[in-house]
Order: sequence, then C-alpha cells, then structure tokens
Amino acid sequence: MTTTVERAAAPGQAEPERRRRRPKRSPLTRREDRAGWMFIGPWVLGFLIFTAGPMIASLVLSFTDYQMIQAPRAVGLDNYRELFDDPRVLKSLSNTFVYAAMFVPLGTIFALVLALMLQRVGRAGGFFRTAFYLPEMTPAVAAGAMFLLLLNGQQGLVNKVLGWVGINGPNWTADPNWLKPSLAIVSLWTLGGTVVIYLAALNGVPRQLYEAAELDGAGPVTRFFRITVPMISGALFFTVITNTIASMQMFDQAYTMFYGPQQKAAASEESLVYMVYLFQNAFQFFKMGFASAMAWLLFVIILTITFLQVRIGNRYVYYHGER
Amino acid sequence: MTIPWRRLPFLFFLTLATFAFVYPLVWLVSASLKPRAQVFDNRLIPEVFQPSNYARVWDTAPVLRWLTNSLTVGFMAAATVTLSSALVAFGFAYFRFRGRNIAFGVLLSTMMLPGAVTMIPVYLIWNKLGMIDTQIPLWAQNMFGSAFYVFLLRQFFLGIPRELFEAARVDGCSYFGMFRRVAFPLCKPALVIVFVFEFKASWSDLMRPLIYLQTPEYFTMPRGLKQIIDAFALSGHYEWEIAVAASVIAVVPMIILFAFGQRYILDGVATTAQKG
Repeated sequence: MTTTVERAAAPGQAEPERRRRRPKRSPLTRREDRAGWMFIGPWVLGFLIFTAGPMIASLVLSFTDYQMIQAPRAVGLDNYRELFDDPRVLKSLSNTFVYAAMFVPLGTIFALVLALMLQRVGRAGGFFRTAFYLPEMTPAVAAGAMFLLLLNGQQGLVNKVLGWVGINGPNWTADPNWLKPSLAIVSLWTLGGTVVIYLAALNGVPRQLYEAAELDGAGPVTRFFRITVPMISGALFFTVITNTIASMQMFDQAYTMFYGPQQKAAASEESLVYMVYLFQNAFQFFKMGFASAMAWLLFVIILTITFLQVRIGNRYVYYHGER
Repeated sequence: MTIPWRRLPFLFFLTLATFAFVYPLVWLVSASLKPRAQVFDNRLIPEVFQPSNYARVWDTAPVLRWLTNSLTVGFMAAATVTLSSALVAFGFAYFRFRGRNIAFGVLLSTMMLPGAVTMIPVYLIWNKLGMIDTQIPLWAQNMFGSAFYVFLLRQFFLGIPRELFEAARVDGCSYFGMFRRVAFPLCKPALVIVFVFEFKASWSDLMRPLIYLQTPEYFTMPRGLKQIIDAFALSGHYEWEIAVAASVIAVVPMIILFAFGQRYILDGVATTAQKG
C-alpha cells in the first residue's frame, strides 16, 4: 500500500504528532473518517440494499414455499431436498459442467496459441488483435441467432465448410448430443478478450530471460514450459477462474438458441444449463423459494470450485515481485 | 523488400483464424440482404439484393423504439456506474479512514457472488416499488457503484502521486474538489474504459430485460431480437431474413462503438487481468 507516506500538515493545523494516544482521535483523522465514508457512501448504501439485504432474503426464501400469490410459507429443508430429487436440477448441473469442461480448457489453449502467434508477427499483430476481439462486441442474442443459422444441420455454413474437407457434419442445433458442443462453439467464437489478456502478459515477459536460456542451450519447447508458462501463469490463472465462473452462470446463448416462453418443456434437456432452469423456476414457474435454494447451491458450487482452483493455483502461479 | 519467411506460417494461421472470427459477421450482413430462400447460401455478394428486409423488420417490430430504449438504458447504466464507481474508488484510494480495509475486503468479496443469489429478492424489491415493466431496474442499481469498476478505478487513483492532492489541499481545495478537479480529469482514460465496458454490457444484457420488461414497446434491442426469434418458433414459420436483419441492427451500434473506442477497449481488457 502506498498510503503510508507521512502526510504533510495542512496550513493552520498542527500535526497531531504529540498526543497519539489511541482512543483520542485528532480532528484531522476524524474529518478524514467522515470524508472517507461519505465518498464510499453510495457503495455502502447499494451494498446494504441490493446485496446484503437480498442475500439474507434469498437465504430465508430458500426455506419457504413462495409463489408470489400468497405470503411465503416456511417449509424447512423441503426445497433443498427437492434439489436432489428433481432430476432436472442434476441434469442441468451436469450439462453446465460438461459445457464448462469443453469451453474452459479449449478456450485457454486456443487463446494461448493465438496469442503466441500474435506475439511472433510483430506489428501486424495489432490488426489481428482487433479482428479477434470483434466477436466480443456482438450481443449474445445476436450471436445466438447467427449461430442457429451457421450451425444449421442441413444448410448451415459450418457443415458446408466441413463438407469441403469430407466431414459429414452433425445436426448441431437439433441432435441432442451436439447441443452442448454447439454452445461451446458459440462461446469459443467470443474468445478475443482472453487472447488480448494473454498477449499483454506475453509482452510483459522480459526478453533477457529467453536470451539467457538460449545461451544455456534451452530449446523452444523448454523455453516455453520453463519461461513462458510460469511467467504468464498469473494471467492463465485469472482467465481460467473467471471463465469457469462465467461458464457456470452461462445463460444468454443457451436461452436464445434453445429456449423461449413457448417451449417450457418441449426443448431437449441436453441444452438445459443451470441458469436457464433457475430462471425458468423463478420467473416462469414462479417457484421463488425453490429457485432461491438453487441459487445458493450454485453459490456453494462456485465457491468450492474457485477455492480448489486457488489452492492448486497458489502452488504453481508465479506473481511478479511477490511470493 | 525482404519476405519475413519465419513469420509467414504464423501470418497464414492468423489469417485463417481471422476468417473464423470475422467471416460470420460479414456473412450475417450479406445474408440480411438476401431473399429468404437464399439466406443460407454462402455467397458473399447476394445473387438477388433484397434490402427491403430491413424495411420489413421496421414494419413488423418497433425496432426504432428498441434501439432508442437500448441507447437510453445503456447511457444511463454507463454514466451512473462511471460516476458512482469513481467516487467510491477515490474514497478507497485517497482516505485512510477507520474500517477502510474491512469495507474494501467486503467489496472485493461481493465480486464472487453469483447474480443468481440476489436476483429474486432484488426483483421483489422492484416489484414492491411498482417498477416492473419500466426500464429503471435495468440501470438504477448502477447509481451505487459496481465492485469490479471500483476496484479497477482505485488502482488508477493509487497511481496518481499524492503530492498532487496535497498541493490542491494547500490551494484550498475541498475533498470533493480534489476528486472533481484532480482525480477525475487525470483518470479520463480509465473512466472511458469503464463507460464503454458498461455500455457494452448493458447493450448485450438479456436476463434483466427478460425479467423486468413485458410490454414490447419498452424492450431493449436484444430482448426485442429474442422476441422476433420466439415469434418464429411459436408460429413454426421461420422468416430467417428478418431475424438476420434484426441481428445486424443489434450488432452495428456495438461495432461503431468498437471502431471509436477500440484502443480504450483493448487496453482496458489487457489491464484488467494485470490489476486483477
């Protein structure tokens, strides 16, 4: 923290250095207390109204039956029991995991490969970087609509391109087995942000490290695994965690492509990701209590995954300067 | 001129990747100008130009309303979150007040909280206030700052030499004056990043418009686009050229934003990970 620098006294105010007994706070520090809390006031207020309060409320709701027509009725642990009895909860959870297990590793590898190539081409990299980021600007609904067409089994462009190289593409958006890969493809298309982050990290690796390693006779593979990967491990770690958290909460693409008000039950369960089912419970079936319990389960799962990732990450991640 | 032989394979693969990233959007624009029967052909230049698709979108749906709604909501969301987050970030960066570290720890930990946990009670609050089917719930929460942006802006404020603030104090500046006259102008690039990010996030958001808006007149562009797609699924009558044209309308403002704010956006993305 840089704020430990001694502060110069404002004119007309004696530096309260002499009596620094703990309980007695000088007028200056008291004024600073007040000013500090005033500045962060908006956030404190928002935190109480829109985060802390709702957190408690949603925890309470999760132990009730609440359909918005009548007042919530306490039902004890019923909602949590239902989490395990309702096969669609488990199904949606496993769908979400499968999707994340496809998107996060593939996304990391693709983005890293692209960033490494970008770094090699020098100034032309700027153009490609811009091009790669373009899909990130596309609203998820538009991307979903577009990929419904591109991935169309009979006439879609993707299968046509696959046809050129002799692959008979699947019926991406209709075949239950290919719904999750379709969703992963849409997500992989919006990979540009991760590429930009990796490129920045790669550019931050000191050149001398490579030169020294080369003098010592390290080949390109050794240099990659012994220098590049450790030096950008912070960025890799950051993106894996944020991409995992985002994948667990994926909603827009799945809902755009496979769900709508009219298809509450009709669509294949293979594309039912957790947030879609939670949303349906809350705002289409109005099972607010059950949906709250689902939300808390999601929170616990995300916390657990992040905790594990941090535990593993701390063993391998190299932070410049620290540690 | 020397040919960069060693770079050539990289350039080749990067060009290939560029096609994968950019071509779908180009195809989308081209498809939006084709008659229905030809939407799927992958001709880049339509065989039959049918720009009337756009006129039909205009007629079948209140697209202009949706666009202005999205612009209004996006502007309100971005402007409020930028101002409030800057204020809060300055509070955390400059003042050494009691409880600061605890408050900041709480702020950081709220970033871990999935939106789903607070979603339902927040909906019930707006419901109580009679704000359902208005656009206020789409941005009003932004008046109270957003943890991620506070964190980001605090980093920038910490980078300003403290002496500048002391000098302003000596010159008789109030605390708020220090924020308005010193911190705010010096962090303009960071503020632009926050504004652009939030505008984009608000423009793309589907979940909140789904939850809060019922009347098609009030829809934002993504919500409206979803409505168009849903209508096809309902009727079983897929008018792809309409969906494609509407998608283009939803994307173009973001492309324009990117064209102007490109440097800020890309630098912003790059720094978020380094500060994080």
